[in-house]
This record gives sequence, structure tokens and C-alpha cells, in this order.
Amino acid sequence: MQGFLDNLIRHFGHDPATWPWTQFVYLGGMALFAFAVINFAAITAGIFSWAERRVAARMQSRVGPNRVGPGGFLQWVADAVKLLTKEDLVPAEADKILFRAAPYFMMVGFACVFVALPFSHRLVIADMNIGIFFIIAVTALIVVGIIMSGWSSNSKWSLFGAIRSAAQIISYEIPGGIALMIPVMLAGTLSTQGIIRAQGGLPWQWFVFDNPAAFVAFVIYFISALAEGNRTPFDLPEAESELVSGYNTEYSGMRFSYFFLVEWGNMWVMSALATTMFLGGWQIPGVSAATLDAATGGTAVALELLSLAIFVGKTLFWVFVVMWLRWTLPRIRVDQMMNMCWKYLVPMSFAAVAFVAVWMLVVHAVPALGLVMRAIMFVLGVAFTVFFVYRTAQNIRDTGDKFDFTSNW
Amino acid sequence: MTPEEIQQVLAGKFGESVGALQPAKQDPWVLVKPAAIAEVCAFLKTDPRTRMDSLMNLTAVDWPKRNQIDVIYHLFSYAHRHVFILKVQLDRAAPAVPTVEGVWKAADWLEREQFDLLGVEFTGHPDLRRIMLPDDWVGHPLRKDYQEGADYHHISTTRESPLDGFVRLDELKKRAAAKSAEAAAAQAAPAHAPAPAKKEMPS
Amino acid sequence: MTEARRAPETPTMEMTSNKEVLRRIEYTGDMLLNMGPQHPSTHGVINFLVQTDGEVMKRAIPEVGYLHRSLEKIGEKVTYNGYMPYTDRVDYITAMCANQGYAMAVERLLAVTVPKRAEYCRTIATELNRISSHLVSLGTMAMDVGAVTPFPYALREREFINDLLEELCGARLTYNYLRIGGVAYDLPEGYAEKLVTFLDHFEKILPEFNRLITYNEIFVQRLAGLAPISPEMAIDYCLVGPNLRASGVKFDVRKDIPYSIYPEVQFEVPVGRGEVGVTGDSWDRFWVRCEEMRQSCRILRQCVAQIPKGEVMAKMPRKIKMTEGLEAYSRIESSRGDMQYYVVAGAGENAYRVKVRTGSFTAMGIIDVLSRGLMIADLVALIASLDVVAPEIDR
Repeated sequence: MQGFLDNLIRHFGHDPATWPWTQFVYLGGMALFAFAVINFAAITAGIFSWAERRVAARMQSRVGPNRVGPGGFLQWVADAVKLLTKEDLVPAEADKILFRAAPYFMMVGFACVFVALPFSHRLVIADMNIGIFFIIAVTALIVVGIIMSGWSSNSKWSLFGAIRSAAQIISYEIPGGIALMIPVMLAGTLSTQGIIRAQGGLPWQWFVFDNPAAFVAFVIYFISALAEGNRTPFDLPEAESELVSGYNTEYSGMRFSYFFLVEWGNMWVMSALATTMFLGGWQIPGVSAATLDAATGGTAVALELLSLAIFVGKTLFWVFVVMWLRWTLPRIRVDQMMNMCWKYLVPMSFAAVAFVAVWMLVVHAVPALGLVMRAIMFVLGVAFTVFFVYRTAQNIRDTGDKFDFTSNW
Repeated sequence: MTPEEIQQVLAGKFGESVGALQPAKQDPWVLVKPAAIAEVCAFLKTDPRTRMDSLMNLTAVDWPKRNQIDVIYHLFSYAHRHVFILKVQLDRAAPAVPTVEGVWKAADWLEREQFDLLGVEFTGHPDLRRIMLPDDWVGHPLRKDYQEGADYHHISTTRESPLDGFVRLDELKKRAAAKSAEAAAAQAAPAHAPAPAKKEMPS
Repeated sequence: MTEARRAPETPTMEMTSNKEVLRRIEYTGDMLLNMGPQHPSTHGVINFLVQTDGEVMKRAIPEVGYLHRSLEKIGEKVTYNGYMPYTDRVDYITAMCANQGYAMAVERLLAVTVPKRAEYCRTIATELNRISSHLVSLGTMAMDVGAVTPFPYALREREFINDLLEELCGARLTYNYLRIGGVAYDLPEGYAEKLVTFLDHFEKILPEFNRLITYNEIFVQRLAGLAPISPEMAIDYCLVGPNLRASGVKFDVRKDIPYSIYPEVQFEVPVGRGEVGVTGDSWDRFWVRCEEMRQSCRILRQCVAQIPKGEVMAKMPRKIKMTEGLEAYSRIESSRGDMQYYVVAGAGENAYRVKVRTGSFTAMGIIDVLSRGLMIADLVALIASLDVVAPEIDR
């Protein structure tokens, strides 16, 4: 975005290197972008809160919120207003400073991720050359917020939730982080935009279908992301039936809503990261990144919007998958959660890295093998999808479909 | 086995401690001396002929007229699918009977409940404390002469009936009719009688 | 722990202070967690004093009595017929069964024979209620394990049953449908067809429910081998009903001590087989309830086919009076197992003593033993798998 601001300054006839107000323009630009990012995050999370409730309701053959606005779309605004006007309770025995500060730590850790997350071909706040590293680092700030909230609440349930969360997030960062190293190896860069550029627009050009280990890495990353985002089946820190509400038991009002803002916003983060790293990001099928770079005028704007739509579409699909999992699966137990991470995911992620390293050498020697493997992987993926659709149709045939598109929307 | 056969087995083993079979209207039962109940139960459980492996129910009944408290044991055998009922009669002033918790674990909670609600002391019970009521409750509510305290930790245990202020609907209608009749009468003859309100005023 | 605790002569506030509670569990520096009385997964107001060291519990001591409504004392104060609505409140998830137990006890006292049609009406009502009760139990159990979706699915089906029962007796939760000597109302017009329509629909839902949750891998992993109860232990602790059958004891009051019209209908008694873990584990308890719903459907179909015409109420005196000291004992198979009423007749129009032995009460007694060494998440699943209902424990 520095380039964008530099161009802006040049447009007004100044040289950014010598003009004395450059730094102020940068500062203003940063404030503007920060404002935009936080609003994007908050509004996305709000909309997801509505979407999740509607999706959950449909999955449970209920109706869900459908009164405020068209299809209940403005429900999240109503909820936000309600939460803003609620009393901000601080328990008498709580550590008041930590208790008040904890939600902001989570918000900061969550909002900072958006700095490095791409949205389209040109739309990224900062295309850092250590993008992935930065994202993994700032995500860890969330766990600080959770532990602070759990400890400062001075409630046993909160403490349980916080300790569970700390154990979970720290454990799952290892397989998750290592799984993310595989696209990094394949692309040869840590920059998010660079990784997307290394992939293509068509499914068999995505890293997820590059080789079996990359697919395994994608699955490992997705499981770890669920665990880091405290989503079912890893929602142990806020396990409602066990720990009342987990680390946010004692919170109320707006501070309480911050936790949920982060949880829902995290769905975007984990899905966008999956899209970026494994699923071709904003790449338009049939249009190479070089063509996008070279395009000017109206074509450039159209292609830019198309790439944005593709990225958002893929991300929203995975957001839906995350919701879908949440309303389908039970919760695993804390020892099973640890077992799964340390006994299965961590060794598998290491093996995947080793496999990819060898595979890259093999493909370097015989490039045709790479193409064959991509084709096989893609066909397997299609076969799996067909099988899934077939099973779903069978289930519906057995019980009868009761879905009604027309009523109650 | 029928209850008669079980009673004969018990009488042969325990002699005086086990009474004759009482033919009640529905279920015959046997009176056992309180001191012997634990041994009788243990015998009934372990003897291969009876194998009463389950204590189904344990009830106590207060009889102030006879000045005694009965404790009734409903036994059931999953092995032979037969039932048997034992009773012990205790002195009402200090009801105490050996526990059968050592025979059936189920007796733990069942005895605690009877201790709580009727004040039967089960001697030898490992954890005899109140189960339904708070630990500091006074008295045993299922006793026939139980009087509830006026308050519990300054919380009143009685209240005025919320129905006291209410009036039956037909009564209300009757009153309304009487009132309107009175008003009509007052309107019909205003000159002859002064309005009741005016009359009331000085007093 | 060993000394008997009596009610003090002069109670003071200090007696119930925190210190007293701590002494009760031999405070050793472990964390003491009060799980309840208000907790999302204690199925009513029950308190568990959980002595825990991190996630692994040392012990969980159930503290009951928060929902004690002195129903047994009320039984001594109201007339025999007047007590019937109170029996609804003994177990409001299966009010029909609670009704039936009391009605049968008093009928045995009076030596009344209930008309055949009334028995069939009773069976239809109780079996429908058994299905609805099991649906609640299974749904909440799945929810306690973390899967929220089965719960609305179960409640959706329960709504249909509630509609059917509402049509039968006008109430959706506390039915007060049974009377001493029969039932309050005959089946309404066209009831059999509605019932069959529902059964046709519901029998297809059961496999869907199994696909949704019963054989879900995470669900199986959570429950398989969790807190298994051996048959001897189950009998010793007087576990009854589905909990007992899950341990492999093939005993059902409907089958083994037949009452009402159960000898005239065909049905199986499902027992736990340890299909995914050990016999008598929590998953078996879940599975047995699933199977019982299927058997209840079978019974209902036969009832609809066999129901005779006739009266639904026996000839009863307007005021029931008995001689003092008569006693009767009734056993019925409620959704939570062998439910027993012990009624001693009084001199006037009231009973002298009513004792209700419920399945949940004895099931609570076993939790202390089973909970040792489990995790907190397991305790929640264990409570749910025993299907304890707070009003039934405390009465």
C-alpha cells in the first residue's frame, strides 16, 4: 500500500522522497486502512453471526432469526446495539485491569491478521515478504487474551476454559504451522501474494492437488485452524455443556461480544488462509497473473473485481464448511484432542514436509510426473465429490426431504 | 419360591427373630426383629435358594397410634424373579435399626432418605446425613406429628393465602348487581332519601 | 466421612458455610468445583461437588434435594383421586408412567379391574410418552457431548407426540390422563389413523437419527467404554430400566412381571451388547434407548390393531375410602425404569403413606463411585447417559 500512497503523492506533483509531508500522508493512510480493516472484520463477523444462526437453524429444521430486516439480515445490528447498551459487569473478585484488557488483546491479534491477508490481485494492505510468518505470529496473541480473560475472571469455569484453550492453541499451532510450510516450499516464498501467484486458476493448478502430501497438509491445516479458532469439534474452551461458557463466563455486554466477534471473524481468517495457501487464492481460471498485471483501464478494474469475487467466493464456501462441521459433530474430549495433535497430526505434518521436499526434487528431474500426479489427485477429488453427492441423495431418499425453500424465509 | 417357602427357610435359619408370614390383602410380609435384619438380609441375598440380589425399595411408615415406626424392605431377585417383603417395627422415640448398606449398595441412598424424612437411625451406615433437606433442618417432615418451624434462616415458611384477597366471580356479580340496584333506587327517589355518601361524610 | 451427621439442635448460618462443605470431601488442596445447582448439563437442579485435579476428577459427589417438593407428604394430605395430578410432577418427562404407577397401586388396594379398552388407552399413552421421553433423553445426551443438532431433531419428533397426547387429554406435559379405575377420556375420533401416520413417519426417522449421531465416530469415541457398569454392580445399586438393560441384564417389568395388556403384545427387550466398547458403557445406554423407541413403535402398532370397544372407566365409588393399614405395591416400567409406588391406605379418604421409588434416585447413588478418575467432560456424558431427571430424584 506504500506504493499506492507514493503514486498518490506523485499525482499531486510532489516527489515522495523529498516532500516533507510524506510521513504524514503515510500516517493518514495507515489510519484509514486500519479503520477500514477493523470495520471489515467487525462487519464480516457480524454478518457471519447472522449467517451461522440461519445455517444452524436450517440444519436443525428450525427457522432462525428472520424478523429484523430482509431474511433477518439485520439481526446482527440489533444484537450489537443490545450488547452495547448492556451493563458491562466486572465481578467483584476479578482482576479488574486484566479483565477489562483481555478482549482488546484478542481483537488486536485478530485484526492484525488482515494486514497480510490478500483479498484480490491488488487489494492487500501490505504484501509483506514474511506474510505467513506474520500471520502465524499475530494469531498467537489471541491465546494471550483468552488466558488473561480466564485468569482475571477469578472463576473456576473461566480458568478451565482458558487453560484448555492455551493447551489447545499452542499444540495445534505446530501441525498447523508446519502444514502451511508446504505451500511455502512449493512456492518458494513466504509472501501471501507470491504463494497465490505460484498457483493457477484451474483446480489442478492449486497446491491442494499438487501431490498427496499437499492434500494431507491441507487437511491438517484445516483441522488445526478449527482447533485454533475454537470451533466444533474443538470448542472445548467454551464447551457450553461442560464449562458453562468457558473463558468468557463472567463477561457481559460489549466485552462479551468481542469474544464472539473474534470467533466469527476467525472463520474468515482461517478460510481465507486456506484459500490463499492451497486453493489458488484470487487466480482467475484461464487468466494468468502476468495478464492481470499488464491489464489497464476498464479491463483491469473488471479483472480486479472478478479476482475479488473468486477469492471471496472460495472463502465463503469454506466458512460454510466450518459452520456445517460445527452443527454436525460432537465435541471431542481434552485428552483425545491432545492425542490427535501430538500422536497423529504432528508426525503426519513432518512426514508431509519430508515427502514434499523429495517430491520437489523428483518433479524437478522429471517434470511430466508432476502433471500426472496433479491429474490423478484432481480425478480423485472429483470422485470423492461425486461419492459425497450420491450418499447425500441416498440419505434424502431414505428419509424423505423435508426442505422447503418457500416458507418461513 | 413362594413367600411361604421363603418364610420357612428363614424360620428354620433364624428361629425366633423371624415372625410368621402376615397375610396382607395384597403382598404377604414377614416381621423381623430389628437386631437381626442385617443378617437376615445378608442370608437372603447369598442363599442360592432365595438370591435376593436387589433391594427394590426401603420405606418407613410412622404410626403414632401404635407408637412405632415400621421399616419395610421390598426385596427382589433377578435370578429367580420372586419378591419378598420384610418389616421391622421400631420404637418411635428412638428408632434405630442396623443398616443393610453392607448387603446392598442401593440401601445407601434409600436409608439416607428415610433418615432424612422420618428420622430412622440406621446404625452403622457410613454416610448418614440428610439428603433432601438442608443439613441444618429441624425435624423429620414425614412424621405424622411434624410441625414446621415458623421460619428457616429468617425466611418465613408460611405466607398469607394469595386467594384471600380474591372473591368468587358470582359473588362479584352479586355485589355489582346489589350496587347497581342501590344506585337505581337512589336515583329513583333522590328527594326522599339523602345520598349515602353525604350521610357518611360527617362520621 | 464416617461420623454420622445429624441435624443440629440450634441451626445457625455458619453450619452451611463453605468450610463445612469442604470438610465433607476431605479437603486436600484439590480444586473443589460446584457443578450446579445451576449448570447447563445437570438436567435440572442438581449439584455435584467435584473434587478435581485439573481435568481429571477424583470424585464427584451428587447433592440432591434442590427440587424436593415433598410430594410424598402431599400424598398423605390429599384424596386418592386428588393426588393424581401431583404424580405428573414426580416425573414430568414421563408423566403418563408416573400416573399409571399410582393408579395401579390404588387399584390393587381397591381390587378394581380396569376395563380392557382403558388398559389399551393407557398403554398407547404410556408408550407414546416413553418415546417422547427417550427423545428428550437422547437429544440432551447428544447435546451434552457437544452435538447440538440431534436435540432439535429429537424435539421436532417430540412435538408430534405432544400433539397426539394433547389430542388425547388436552395437556402437553403434565397430562393427568389416567384415573383410578381407567382413563379420563376415550380415544378421539380418527386417533388410530393419526397414530399410524405418525409411526410410519417416525420409524423412518430412527435410522436417520442413528446416521446422524449414534454411529458418529467422535460420539462413539467419546462414549465407548466410558463408565461401564457390570450387571452385578447395576443390580447391587438398584439401577433399573434402560440403565440396567444396557449392562446386559435382560429384565423389563413389562415382560417379566407383566401388567396391563403387555402379555398380549409382542416386543423385544433390547440389552446392551458392548457393540463399540464394553457392555454397559455409556454408548450402550444410549443405544438401548434408541432400540426401545423402535420396540415402543411395535407395541403401539399392535395396540392400535387390537384395541377392543367398550368402557374406559370401571365402576368407582365417588369417594374412595379404605380401612387403615392396607398396603399395596405397584411396579411399572417407566422410561427411567422400574417405577414403584408403595401406598398405605389411611382411615379416611387419604392415603396414610405414599412412597415413590424412582429410577433416577437410585441411579444418582452410583455416580459417586463411577466418577472416580473420569474427566469433567466424561461426568457430563455419564449423567446424561444415566438419564436422571431432577424432579424424579427429589420428588
